[in-house]
Amino acid sequence: MKKRTLNMLLIALLAISMFLVGCSSETSNEAGEKKKPQEGGAPAKDTLVYGRGGDSVSLDPITTTEGETFKVTINIFETLLNYGEQDTTIHPGLAEKWEVSDDGLTYTFHLRQGVKFHDGTDFNADAVIYNFNRWMNGDAEKFPYYTMFGGFKKDEGHVIKDIKALDDHTVQFILKRPQAPFLKNLAMSMFGIASPAALEKYGDDFRSHPVGTGPFKFVEWKPNDRIVIEKNPDYWDKNLPKLNKIIFRVIPENTARLNALANGEIDVMDGLNNSDEATVLANDKLQIIERPSMNIGYIGLTTTRKPLDNKLVRQAINHAIDKKTIIDAFYGGKALPAKNPMPPSIEGYNDAIEDYPFDLEKAKALLKEAGYEKGFEIDLWAMPVARPYMPEAQKVAEVIQESLSKINIKANIKSVDWATYLEKANKGEFDMFMLGWTGDNGDPDNFIYTLLDKDSIGSNNYAQYSNDELHKILIEAQTVADQEKRNELYKKAQEIVHEDAPWVPLVHSTPLLAASKDVANYLPHPTGSECLSKVEFK
Amino acid sequence: MLTYTVRRIFSLIPVLIGMTLVVFAIIHAIPGNPAQVILGQRATKESVAELTKQLGLNQPWYIQYFDYIKALLHGDLGISLRTRVPINEEIWPYLTATIELTLVAIIIAVIIGVNAGIISAWFSKSWFDYAAMVFALIGVSMPIFWLGLMGQWVFSIELGWLPTTGRENVRDPVTAVTNIYLLDTLLQGRFDQFTVVLKHLILPSAALATIPMAIIARMTRATMLEVMKSDYIRTARAKGLRMFWVVYKHSLKNAIIPVLTVIGLQTGLLLGGAILTETIFGWPGIGRYLYDAIGYRDYPVIQSGILIIAAIFVFINLVVDLLYVFIDPRIKYTK
Repeated sequence: MKKRTLNMLLIALLAISMFLVGCSSETSNEAGEKKKPQEGGAPAKDTLVYGRGGDSVSLDPITTTEGETFKVTINIFETLLNYGEQDTTIHPGLAEKWEVSDDGLTYTFHLRQGVKFHDGTDFNADAVIYNFNRWMNGDAEKFPYYTMFGGFKKDEGHVIKDIKALDDHTVQFILKRPQAPFLKNLAMSMFGIASPAALEKYGDDFRSHPVGTGPFKFVEWKPNDRIVIEKNPDYWDKNLPKLNKIIFRVIPENTARLNALANGEIDVMDGLNNSDEATVLANDKLQIIERPSMNIGYIGLTTTRKPLDNKLVRQAINHAIDKKTIIDAFYGGKALPAKNPMPPSIEGYNDAIEDYPFDLEKAKALLKEAGYEKGFEIDLWAMPVARPYMPEAQKVAEVIQESLSKINIKANIKSVDWATYLEKANKGEFDMFMLGWTGDNGDPDNFIYTLLDKDSIGSNNYAQYSNDELHKILIEAQTVADQEKRNELYKKAQEIVHEDAPWVPLVHSTPLLAASKDVANYLPHPTGSECLSKVEFK
Repeated sequence: MLTYTVRRIFSLIPVLIGMTLVVFAIIHAIPGNPAQVILGQRATKESVAELTKQLGLNQPWYIQYFDYIKALLHGDLGISLRTRVPINEEIWPYLTATIELTLVAIIIAVIIGVNAGIISAWFSKSWFDYAAMVFALIGVSMPIFWLGLMGQWVFSIELGWLPTTGRENVRDPVTAVTNIYLLDTLLQGRFDQFTVVLKHLILPSAALATIPMAIIARMTRATMLEVMKSDYIRTARAKGLRMFWVVYKHSLKNAIIPVLTVIGLQTGLLLGGAILTETIFGWPGIGRYLYDAIGYRDYPVIQSGILIIAAIFVFINLVVDLLYVFIDPRIKYTK
């Protein structure tokens, strides 16, 4: 009796679950529908769903340094100048033409005519001036990236002396002293020109009501969920954008994001794990898209801490790390071994420098010369987060630990949460540590000066490296207008850095994206954010 | 009863104030300066110092704390350091998203957990009992991370039944009113969207339900076994009552009290502890909101977020305590 009741109950349970399964497979056609390629009569797909790991912090790009913000805002706002589609050369943007005076102090921009902001107001010289005045009268907390122009109006280092409207469509910048990367800075997406009327209207709320001139206009932002932008029908280039709508979705977990892509819920994703490349390639509905590399992942050797204050020790460590093995194992081969603090795609790269070869004997000899024949113990800090230049810091640290043990250096791997990590690195509290950098504007200054000049100690020079000769060269290079001369200076700078070895430059990685096969013309930009106006579905 | 309820509610005030103090102390004890994090890798020494001052973080901790409490008493939860949006506005969509997920998860956990527990006790030492308890053990010990990703792989990619992530079809989004999408779609009469939303809920809520389901099943089984040994059950059986009624009516009523307590506690835990589920399933809930806030040292968000979760937690337990009265007439709250 007892057994029969149990069996009856189970049969009932089974029946219910069969029913449920029946329900779901019935409705699954609906879910499957969107995965199917468009058939003959159906309207062409024109909504792109973009899956990414984090949400934007603000939609007013100048107010933040968070990369996720720019991926969206570069589609809403336009800059005076643009970068090339996949490099950092300078092209016309909102300015069609420009002239530079011989002394490099006066820049005259001829603005595109007939351009309107999304709120219907006119884009003109006054709008440009309004935006620059807004930024230069702020401070580093409000507009952190504006420091690219040497500080703010109140600061001595600020390079812009004056901005004038020569007429409605001509604007002139007068500099206090030449700034070599001036044009490249103007093309950074953070300096997108916003509608003055909208800035007045929304005030601080502009960060959630962005109004620019770009190919897409803002529709909706549900924090941590999605941002929706749609085609600007009045865009000045009548052929663009190709898409009608873009939805940026947040799916924090890389594997879950790939699952969503494979299931057709999103059309493109960034932050693909190198180790998942094979999965994508094996799926005939998906494709891999490679982002051109403009980054550096490195091991910092804090030059103020013993025994790393000894140059020979730093050189020895450089000899002891096998970059090729690391690249093969953790970057799926999709990275270049680094020998300089900037990637080869940047002008002024010194290819004549010969990297410290992986040579344990040489490393031991250098340690002996430095008086550390018996070796020493040291902390090796591994980043707690994945970045394109360092996708698997913990594992890379283990390889390095293993190599170092062969030259009698006992490395203790440590880690701490990202906020604390940056703060401790900043204060020079680490011995050896992993970090990296993705270029902002493709200028060598944005790598060598930003990361290794003595002025940058306390901000990005985490290795606390200070060299007066290098400083002199880098300051000179900032103001020299002649590009050839600048390149020479940067080549010299790289020699000094190579000799002093404040880092082990590790890799220049190629970040990967994955997309559904029917996504066409997706051109990832080395800076990490790209305008999607030309993207379409095949 | 009413006096009891009122008294209980008032007694929550010191609990919550104590909570704010503990949370405040802990987050200020962890290293890391929000100003540094907000400005990121591009920060300069000066800008960090300036921002620290602007955020009032250079004040002594007790001044910061009293400022916070003062604002709180005016119903102001503060402003997020990271997004500069008032938390009062910001937190609502996150909270409702989590509540929706939690409710569905706990309903699944209760229905399956309680029934599995009952049947296991009813047919104790049968193969069902053993199987159910082994599953319960697996449920408690299974990492949600793995379970979630496997669920996506099997039910979305291989079988194509369910969506992997999110709350809705973003190509046809729900118009949010209450932000509890099951309710919103019903109110708008969009039954097609209701089905879609329900399908989006299945995988994350099932993943979230595994642990409470297992705990509830084991708890139910244990108390049921106890009750079913008692005299009045034997009497009921002797009267010739059908076993089904004996189990589901007579035994369950006495066995359910401790189970109810567990359900209350688990519901509270799910509200704050859904971070992993929310991360894997791209669910824009409060767990991730808080997790991000901790990464950014967004003090006001951490404080207010934890406070709200704690308040809900305490409230749920109050409701559970009051429910006892209806289920078991022997329990009376006098005075």
